[in-house]
Amino acid sequence: MKRHLLESADLDRSDATLVLDTAAQIDQALAGREVKKLPTLRGRTVVNLFYEDSTRTRISFELAAKRLSADVINFSARGSSVSKGESLKDTALTLEAMGSDAIVVRHAASGAPHRLAKWVRGSVVNAGDGTHEHPTQALLDAYTIRRRLGRLEGVRVAIVGDVLHSRVARSNVWLLHTLGAEVTVVAPPTLLPVGVDTWPVEVGYDLDAVLPKADVVMMLRVQAERMNASYFPSVREYSRRYGLDARRMGTLGDDAIVMHPGPMNRGMEIAAEVADSVRSTIVEQVGNGVSVRMAVLYLLLGGSPQ
Amino acid sequence: MTYLIKGAQPYGGDAADILVKGGRIAAIGDSLSATGAEVVDAAGLIALPGLVDLHTHLREPGREDAETVETGSRAAALGGFTAVHAMANTDPVADTAGVVEQVWRLGEQAGLVDVVPVGAVTVGLRGERLAELGAMADSAARVRVFSDDGHCVADPALMRRALEYVKAFDGVVAQHAEEPRLTVGAQMHEGDRSARLGLTGWPAAAEEAIIARDVLLAGHVGARLHVCHVSTAGSVEILRWAKSRGVQVTAEVTPHHLLLTDACAESYDPVFKVNPPLRTDADVEAVRLGLADGTIDAVATDHAPHAVEDKESEWAQARPGMLGLEQALSIVVETMVETGLLDWRGVADRMSVRPAVIARLDGLGRRSHGRPLAPGEPANLLLLDARSRATVDPATLASRSRNSPYAGRELPGRVVATFLRGVPTVLDGKATR
Repeated sequence: MKRHLLESADLDRSDATLVLDTAAQIDQALAGREVKKLPTLRGRTVVNLFYEDSTRTRISFELAAKRLSADVINFSARGSSVSKGESLKDTALTLEAMGSDAIVVRHAASGAPHRLAKWVRGSVVNAGDGTHEHPTQALLDAYTIRRRLGRLEGVRVAIVGDVLHSRVARSNVWLLHTLGAEVTVVAPPTLLPVGVDTWPVEVGYDLDAVLPKADVVMMLRVQAERMNASYFPSVREYSRRYGLDARRMGTLGDDAIVMHPGPMNRGMEIAAEVADSVRSTIVEQVGNGVSVRMAVLYLLLGGSPQ
Repeated sequence: MTYLIKGAQPYGGDAADILVKGGRIAAIGDSLSATGAEVVDAAGLIALPGLVDLHTHLREPGREDAETVETGSRAAALGGFTAVHAMANTDPVADTAGVVEQVWRLGEQAGLVDVVPVGAVTVGLRGERLAELGAMADSAARVRVFSDDGHCVADPALMRRALEYVKAFDGVVAQHAEEPRLTVGAQMHEGDRSARLGLTGWPAAAEEAIIARDVLLAGHVGARLHVCHVSTAGSVEILRWAKSRGVQVTAEVTPHHLLLTDACAESYDPVFKVNPPLRTDADVEAVRLGLADGTIDAVATDHAPHAVEDKESEWAQARPGMLGLEQALSIVVETMVETGLLDWRGVADRMSVRPAVIARLDGLGRRSHGRPLAPGEPANLLLLDARSRATVDPATLASRSRNSPYAGRELPGRVVATFLRGVPTVLDGKATR
């Protein structure tokens, strides 16, 4: 395993599989235990450095670190941009001087974790950077798919929605491709990046044509504000063309699952009855997120499993 | 002071001695001698006319922590330049006679190169109404090049008026071609790499659309147009078409667009963030060929010094721009000479003669540049050791800033001496003041 987890694009198959296998071992080790805690990272310090609001990701990392007995510091730097406050570099060096072993960073600027990794000696974990990547989300998604379907090789995954602005989409495209899945991205052409033709994916504009062949449908959050920049004409039209409702869910294969990284816009990209259906893994993904993040912190800070 | 430059090769040709006296080239020939002359051994060095930069950011007034007229002038002299055009996006903006005269005087005080101010096209670079272009033209700075560089004169009606208005004093509008609505939040070239890196794309079409519009306007009103920092293959095509139709359009390319590509962005190191952005291999090839065939008239540095804190940050927060003055000639040697695309006369043409003509510095007054190396001409020249190779170390640059994209890169060519009106501003590779 490398020193940092910056992007799933640079995870090779053995590293990615190691994370998933480690998460599975952790799940097994903790299953049925009253005290859900391992002593592995006792005495180590993990800093959650969050420049963007993200309650769920921060809590997930916090729980992961605490269950490994690490000390956790939450540093919410929301609104403290370079123009107003301390620079990212100064903040990072300050945290390291206080003894942090790993920095988990969420930042609105793509590449911010890469910059951090150049400045600090400890490990850097990307918890979402701009519109670039969110590798632990992809790892937990892959973990969830593997648990539900038993495999990743050859699994057909449709990623649907605002691919252009989605770090979740980018991370999943690279990771799922590395792990042997067949990925199709589905979106209005305005919400696909120029250059998507060089990605290892199929590209589709028609959700109805893709659904019957999909084993996994991954719905992305779409911000209604995109409407104002003419990415699509209206929420209603978006929802009609690219939203997953009960009728569309009915065209899926028997074992197909529906995923969403959250937070959801119920009624926009996903209907409530879909989100709450048995196909939905949305709640499961949240639980798996803690295990996968434990595995990541364990592998970066604690070495290989015995 | 009299200088006898022994054994230099004018334009890379046969070795000759150059006698410099009273600010002019007194003689060029074999085995010249002159009593009392200081002898400069130039064996193996190529002599070229002093370089003229159409596009320099000297940051003074306003950001003297990043560069001053003096430090930028020193960097220019070390790069072989004898004239630089100081862009108008200072604080205050160079949009009045007062500010351009201030910059002009600072340049005279530094005395290392002729600092020729560029005047803003619009008040405050805001793109709303014309600045007092005539007052700047008539001032002591004698402004002929007008530009809102950093911003595009996006309003087509305003651009048309600017093109027309400066005809009265033989001025030229240097356009920063960037359709602003297509580049909101843009961080890098839009293509495969921006898609992967999650950085908002700056499409080639945003540059090309403005160039296409402006050559049509310039043709329509019979005015001169200069296009700053051409970066795409499509732009070169449009310029080639416009020139074939007789439009009075000229264009420049930066050293960094001749050498670097958007692959540099993969490091997320903002030293590679620049506007227009680094483009693709195919674009680099096209701008090199455009420069070789004259479709692009000039190399201009777009030297853009930035303080450390403006670059040591996240990519999106960093300011765009990179240093260029001290490495410009080396980059041209590497990308154009060593590739066989330009000979030394071609280098002189694209880095001295044509930029001087565009800026109307080619007359016979005191501020005369881009003239041939010939007896009677002003002694503005440089001596280049083209065989020397060295690795760029930003810490050793004369610029006050350190944002060189060439750090750690080995480049050919070392400017050994620069003469401004017969006075050495650089000798033995060191600035004389």
